[in-house]
Amino acid sequence: MRADRKRKGASPLLALPALTLFGFFALLPMIGVVVLSFTYYDGISAPRSAGLANWSRFLHDTTTHHAIWLTLKIMALSWLAQTPIALLLGVFISGRQRYRSVLAAVYFIPLLFSAAAIAITWKNLLDPNFGLMSNLTHRLHMGWFPSDWLGSPRLALYTMVFLISWQFIPFHMLIYQAGARQIPLSIYEAAEIDGAGRVRQFLNITLPLLKNTIVTSSMLMIVGSITYFDLIFIVTGGGPGYATRILPLDMYINGFQGSDMGYASAISVVLVAAALSFSMFLIRVTGFGRFRSAHEGA
Amino acid sequence: MKRHTLLRLAAMAIVALAALASTGSAASKKPSLQLWTIQRTENTVETNAAKTYKAAKVHVQIFANDPYKQKIKVSLGSGKGPDLFMNWGGGGLRQYVNANKVLDLTPYLNADKTWKNRFFNNVLQTAAFNGKYYGIPNVGMQPVLLFYNKAVFRANGLSAPKTWSDLINVVRKLKSAGITPFILGGQSKWPDLMWEEYLVDRVGGPKVFNDIAAGKKNAWLNPAVIKANTLIQQLVDAGAFGANFSSTTYDGTVTATLLGTGKGAMELMGNWEYGAVLQNAPDLLKANDLGWMRFPTVSGGKGDIKDIAGNTSNFYSIAKKTKNPAAAVAFLKKQIMNKAYVNGLIKLGNIPPVKGIAPKLSTGSNAAFTTWCYNLVQSAPNYQHSWDQVLSPNAATALLTNLDQLFLKQITPQQFSANMNKVK
Repeated sequence: MRADRKRKGASPLLALPALTLFGFFALLPMIGVVVLSFTYYDGISAPRSAGLANWSRFLHDTTTHHAIWLTLKIMALSWLAQTPIALLLGVFISGRQRYRSVLAAVYFIPLLFSAAAIAITWKNLLDPNFGLMSNLTHRLHMGWFPSDWLGSPRLALYTMVFLISWQFIPFHMLIYQAGARQIPLSIYEAAEIDGAGRVRQFLNITLPLLKNTIVTSSMLMIVGSITYFDLIFIVTGGGPGYATRILPLDMYINGFQGSDMGYASAISVVLVAAALSFSMFLIRVTGFGRFRSAHEGA
Repeated sequence: MKRHTLLRLAAMAIVALAALASTGSAASKKPSLQLWTIQRTENTVETNAAKTYKAAKVHVQIFANDPYKQKIKVSLGSGKGPDLFMNWGGGGLRQYVNANKVLDLTPYLNADKTWKNRFFNNVLQTAAFNGKYYGIPNVGMQPVLLFYNKAVFRANGLSAPKTWSDLINVVRKLKSAGITPFILGGQSKWPDLMWEEYLVDRVGGPKVFNDIAAGKKNAWLNPAVIKANTLIQQLVDAGAFGANFSSTTYDGTVTATLLGTGKGAMELMGNWEYGAVLQNAPDLLKANDLGWMRFPTVSGGKGDIKDIAGNTSNFYSIAKKTKNPAAAVAFLKKQIMNKAYVNGLIKLGNIPPVKGIAPKLSTGSNAAFTTWCYNLVQSAPNYQHSWDQVLSPNAATALLTNLDQLFLKQITPQQFSANMNKVK
């Protein structure tokens, strides 16, 4: 019996290459970062012990606290913006009609661009002097329409949420499309016989059966939003003022522009811990670990 | 069979390596030096200086600007870096000096006074700490001045402002004519700093920032800083920078076009903006309508109108770990800012920080502008190097962000001073 159980599944040896890589390139540096967080280190001279100085700064640094608040805000806002759109689009393109596959290909395009290209393009489109947006609003005599999308501390964060959504909705759309296609047609046929309309079918069949997909996609969004960096770094650099300086940017600016690797390491430790606990929390709450297939016969 | 070919390949590789190594050692009777620099228009002059040098083999490696900063930091830290490296002087270089990674050039400069006296002293100071010299200038000077569109001024019956109240007047008139008085790439943040540097000087004189740079206690709380920042916010209130300055990124093609088309009337910018106008708004220069002037005085202020701000120069320094300090010093002395080097820079429109070249500049292209700038620097009692280069990297990033907030009116001048005073 025991021997039987042991033999089940693939040999753990198969995981060895992956584990070695993970150990060298993820675990080891992570330990290094934890050690660095207790030092003063400018990247040139040897690190000096700082005791808990970096950590007490973390507790008192209002800029970092603001960055944490912005990170949470961008997490919530980008989830709220992306989920409904990605869900609806995903379900829409899961249909087999030809025009839908054409549209799917179009919606898919942003996913193919690199974040840097997206950032530079949008930055130019939103430029208040020569950008497409300001040009359009000027020609249409819409002077009341804001043109300060990246320069206003009030608007910049929402602009970033829009850009992030624009970049990532296609990805989540794809996840939802796959999820929706898994739902057996027979359930819809049965519902149709029972007289359920399209909206009813969506609410009572599609949504509940997509529960696992929604959890997966949300988890990717939430953990991903802890590491948003490239897009915001290129478009606003964390500005104007501190308006888009989320925690990963705060880490970068402290470490690489401010030459304070010790404090930056403390922030990265927090980022790692936050990402881990968020995903563990989500697994707990949603029962992701106990997932059962939502489909018949599986 | 397979194994044999592999063996043969390995043998060939070893032979090839040995051959390479032997030719290497044959040529290395001459000392060999590694020189690192960044991608810039002056690269041709630098590589030429290396190529034409006979006494040592100088290998020039060129990096992109931003990655270079990381690369040089890491390699100086590990001690495996170049012999000679380009840097920006100021706080960045001071970090390396404090970490004992840079060769002190003072004894060499003092042993050869004609070498030391070749350069403007106010420029050499950017790479000097505690009376010791660590860098030799390697490009032209970049003073900041006030550019303006003469045609716009004529059309609105205005003349170049000499005092702050003149300037406010000009701003009001331009504003009511629907013209953005000052072009400002606020999103890039460092253009904001030019305003700060000049106004603090005009209000309180050079001592205010010298105290800050020296790390004196409460230096940021100086009333002159608060007064200067109040003036900045008055300008913002008056709409001097237009409505969208905070989402405008500095880009010579954009700013020069705005100036050339008369959408903006003035711009406080480094002398490189002349080149940007030359490329992007050549008509403005053809019509002789690009004007330039000193930054105005502030009434009751302590600053001299002749004081200037800007980048003094970039520098070459020698890594302390170099195996050939004598060869590296000799290269700097013989090849950098010698006649060919200076002529090469002038051809590129640079204004080398070298004494006695006014006649040369006056026969070059764009002589009116370059001579004016040269005299501007030569007559300056104080040439303030950009603050973000002087301060430690940590203070510099805090400074730029706080300035951004000041221009956006998210913080008051008092809060600005308090915030900066807290930065270590």
